[in-house]
This record gives sequence, C-alpha cells and structure tokens, in this order.
Amino acid sequence: MRNHNLENYNFSGDAGVKSPSFLVLLFSVLLFFVVLFFSISAGSIGFHPVQTFKIIVNSLFGTGDISNIPENNITIIMNIRLPRAILAAMVGAALSLSGAVMQGLLKNPLADGSTLGITSGGTLGAILAIALNTNIPFIPGIGIVVMSIIFSFLSLVLILFLSYKIDYHLSTQTIILMGIIFTMLINSINSLIVALSGEGLKQVIFWTMGSFSGRGWSHVCLMLPLFIIATVILLALSRELDAFSLGEEQARYIGVSTKRVKLLILIMVSVLVGASVAVSGTIGFVGLVIPHITRFITGPGHKKLLPFSVLSGASFLMAADLLSRTIISPAELPIGVVTSLIGALIFIYIFYKKSRKGF
Amino acid sequence: MLKVKGLSVTIDNKKIVDHVSFELKEHDIFMVAGPNGAGKTTLFKGIMGVVPHEGGVLFDNIDINKYKRKELARKIGVLTQRRQLQFAHTVYDVVSLGRYSHQKALLGRLDNRDREKIEQSLKLTGLSDIQNRSILTLSGGELQRVFLAQVFAQDPQILILDEPTTHLDLQYQIAIFDIIKEWVKKDNRAVLAVVHDLNTAYVYGNKAILMFDGKAYAKGPINEVLTQDNLQAVYNVDVAEWMKGILYNWK
Repeated sequence: MRNHNLENYNFSGDAGVKSPSFLVLLFSVLLFFVVLFFSISAGSIGFHPVQTFKIIVNSLFGTGDISNIPENNITIIMNIRLPRAILAAMVGAALSLSGAVMQGLLKNPLADGSTLGITSGGTLGAILAIALNTNIPFIPGIGIVVMSIIFSFLSLVLILFLSYKIDYHLSTQTIILMGIIFTMLINSINSLIVALSGEGLKQVIFWTMGSFSGRGWSHVCLMLPLFIIATVILLALSRELDAFSLGEEQARYIGVSTKRVKLLILIMVSVLVGASVAVSGTIGFVGLVIPHITRFITGPGHKKLLPFSVLSGASFLMAADLLSRTIISPAELPIGVVTSLIGALIFIYIFYKKSRKGF
Repeated sequence: MLKVKGLSVTIDNKKIVDHVSFELKEHDIFMVAGPNGAGKTTLFKGIMGVVPHEGGVLFDNIDINKYKRKELARKIGVLTQRRQLQFAHTVYDVVSLGRYSHQKALLGRLDNRDREKIEQSLKLTGLSDIQNRSILTLSGGELQRVFLAQVFAQDPQILILDEPTTHLDLQYQIAIFDIIKEWVKKDNRAVLAVVHDLNTAYVYGNKAILMFDGKAYAKGPINEVLTQDNLQAVYNVDVAEWMKGILYNWK
C-alpha cells in the first residue's frame, strides 16, 4: 500500500508503522520451512533433517537413493508426520488469518475465533455431527466439516447480532463479553450432549482441547480446498478490510459495499474456523496472538498483514504441535493446552498495553 | 446538483426530520444550522441513506439509491465527526483509501493518477510532512485534516460535512474552512455542511437552512436565514445581541 518512493519515506519511523522489507518475507518463508523440517524430523523416532529431506524428495520426484532407509521410517515421514505437519500449518494459517480479518472487520484488536466464541459454536456443530452420525455420501468425514462450518457461521452471526443490539458501536468490551458468555453457554451444552450420549462420545473430550494426533492425508484433503478458496478471497479483500478497520460507516462513504463485503467475509471466516475445528478441535488464541505480533512488523495495512499472518500462523502452530508431542514424550499434550498457555499470557500483556496505547 | 425533496426520517414513531426540501447548486457552501435536537445530523444521515427515510434525494436528477456504491462515492464524499481509531495506519495509507472508488486493479494498486491526487490532497491539507506518521500519534486537528484529505483524494463533486470542526481549536476551524472554501471554487463542486457554530456558518456559507424541531424553519441566502428574528425564534436567545455583547468585550 505504501507505494510512494523510498526517498520520502521516513526511516526514523513511529511505533507500529514499520516497513516490511523483502528480507522479512524471506525470513518468514525460511522460518516456515525450517519449522516444517524440524517438526517432521523430531519425535519419538528422530531423523536427521537431511534424511527427512531425502525421503520427501524421493517420494515426490522418485530421485535420490533411499534404499538404505527402512520402509517403516518412510511410512512415518510420509504418512504420519508430513500430513500432520501440513494440517497443523494449514489450521494455524486459517486461524491466524481469520483472527486478523475479524480484528480489521470489527475494528477490534481483541477479536478472534476463540474470544468471540466461534470455535465453541463450531465444536457444537462437530459434536452434533458425531452424535447424530451426520454423513454426506461419497466424501467420508465431510459431515463434521459442514456441520462445524454452519455452526461457526450461526454463532458468529448470533454474537454479532446480539452485540449490535446491546451496543450499536460494537465496542471492544461488548463483543468480548458476549463471546465469553456465549462460549460458556455452548461449552455447557457440549458437555451435556457428551454426558447424555455415554461412552460413544468420549472422543469428543479431546475436541475441546484440540489435537492433531492421528490426523492424516484424508484430513488434509478435506480441508485444503476450503482453505485455499477462503484464503484467496480474504486476501483479495485487503483493501476493503483497511476501510473497515477505520470504521464501517466511513468505509461505506468511500464506496465499499459494506453489507455484501461483510457477509462474504463472515462466511469465509466461518469456513476457515469451522474447517479448522472439524479437523483439529478447539485451538485457542492463535488468531489473537499471531496477527497482533505480525502487526508489529508489517503495520496494520491488510495487504501485508494478511499474507504474513498466514505464514507466521502456519509456522507457529507447527511449532506448537511439535512441542505438544515431544515435551512429555512418549505421551502427547493436547495442542490447545500449549497454544492457550502461550496465548493467554500474551493476551494479558496485550490487554495491559492497550490501556496505554493503541495497536 | 443535489436535490433533497420532502425528506422525512421517523425513528421510534417520532418524526426527527419532517419533510425537508432544498437544493444544492454549483459552488454553494450550504450550511445546515439549528439548535441541539433540531434534526441536523439525522437529516444528514437521511441524505446519505444510513437511516430509513421517506422522500427523495437526487443527484443530477437521479435518485441516489440508483447509483452503485462506488459510483456514488465518486460523486459524494462525506466527512463524519465520530471516530474511534484502533490501528496505527499511516497518514498516507488512510488518505490513499480515498481512491478506493476510482481503483479498478485487484488489491488496490495505486496508479500515477491516484498517487498524484493523494499528493495533492496531502499538500492542500498541509499533511505532506507527516504523511508517514501513525494516525494514533496525531492531535484532533491533524486527524480531522487527515480524513478531510481522504475525502479530497476521493475527488467527489459534493462534499458533505457533519460538524467538521466541532472539537477543534479556533485555529483549526479556520484552517479547515479556508481549505474547503478554496476547494469549492472549482467547477462542478458544492459543499453541504452541518455546523454548530453560527459564526462559522455566517463567515463561510452562502446559503443556509435553519432547522427547528425537524422542520426547515427558514432557508435561502445566508443573510436572510440567520436573521435576528429567526435565531431568536429557534434558539430562544437573542443571538445577535449576545454576539454584539461579546464583540464589545473584545474591543
């Protein structure tokens, strides 16, 4: 967005307005691949990154010699760790992007899937899908995804509707408060369903804490098309989001079709959050913390903020997943515990800082 | 250029704006004055279609609801008063958003014409030197100029201002209206401003509508509208005498 010449760029700079250079982009991409390789290599069976690289290259392109590597290890890399890492990256990117988008749209730096209660809504959808055995022919597992997306959207609309009713200007506090109340309500409904349905739904417990354990290529395939569509559309709306982040009424006056754009954004956010919940459960705070940190580097302009949030969100969640399965190895920590622990601390910090200066 | 025909706004069964009509012509600085609760801001919202309303608002004899959002934004620019900012956008980025309705490229790439318009607006509002500052670090006066520059970059034919100088120092009030007075001199331009301050209205306006209880109490050339009798009736204060008294104090 800052297209004017470098000559008149003020390098002394103000807090929060910084120039993300090519180097930052390079670093982010590099970081992504480093984390990817680490998370594939590390685990109960450790691999040398070079060995990991060889296996992946061989499986993809058929080049290189891997005859000295046991078949078993190739399976671990290609069918267990790689899809898991990719899924973690995708969910991290989706949650981070949806958080950044919600913050801009609602002009609210604390908005996010978990603070607004969308993830809880999505979880309710997923649990209902399991309890009612919802299935759509030909695509196994899509029932949960669809239900989760629909319920995410419904919760989002409901929360916003109620918040508007209470406080026309949608202040930060109102939305967050609504989100908390809504989350508590939905969580108790979730617990009720689990309690009533007996043993069969005990797997649901794990949903509430989030995990990538046992996730494979089928989950990647389920989420990938949704992820790509929603991400492309949202990235294309960065200009509109800039306008929204300065105020909806003003956005309308400069020519944004606010109602239509808003609806589109809400649907795409629901797709991202819903699909994430369906494949990995409730993973909190990613969408809150990552865009906030990213904004420090890129400034608040969405043209840069959104792609960087996608990249850093992906790296962050892969790293968190790596932690969750290695820190108390051979047992696994639910990833939601890791992200919430990190996230809640940063959340407090943000809240503290907010009282002194803006974002 | 802009015709308002029998505009009424009803909120909770109460008529806030009651059948108001007027016409905005080229080079006009048309002031909307009146006491608190007279319906000034609601009239403005009715014109912009933000609140449900009856009656018509025509731009070049076409109902403004017939225009597409972007099209309308190229005709009419709006400066509002209430604003809470959360993010540290730069002055340049905020002003460049004014070009939104002119841009066709994906992701809002600014072309040379866009950049030229932005530079012009920054210069006109005296913001060139602080164009890379975060808007969160600005004073109220600077911030108001930033959004004025955004509307100028939008390059509309009609500027609608909702109390553009309410919370500003006298210095900035004068500065902003001086800029607006310059702006409106070009062809096919007009300004409609809701103002609280009668002095500003008198000094800068050429026409006015005096609102009272949702109705147009008087309208026309400014010196025929803001008369001693009219103001006495609407404000229930002898405004002219009071102003003269103040003037006496300054001598």
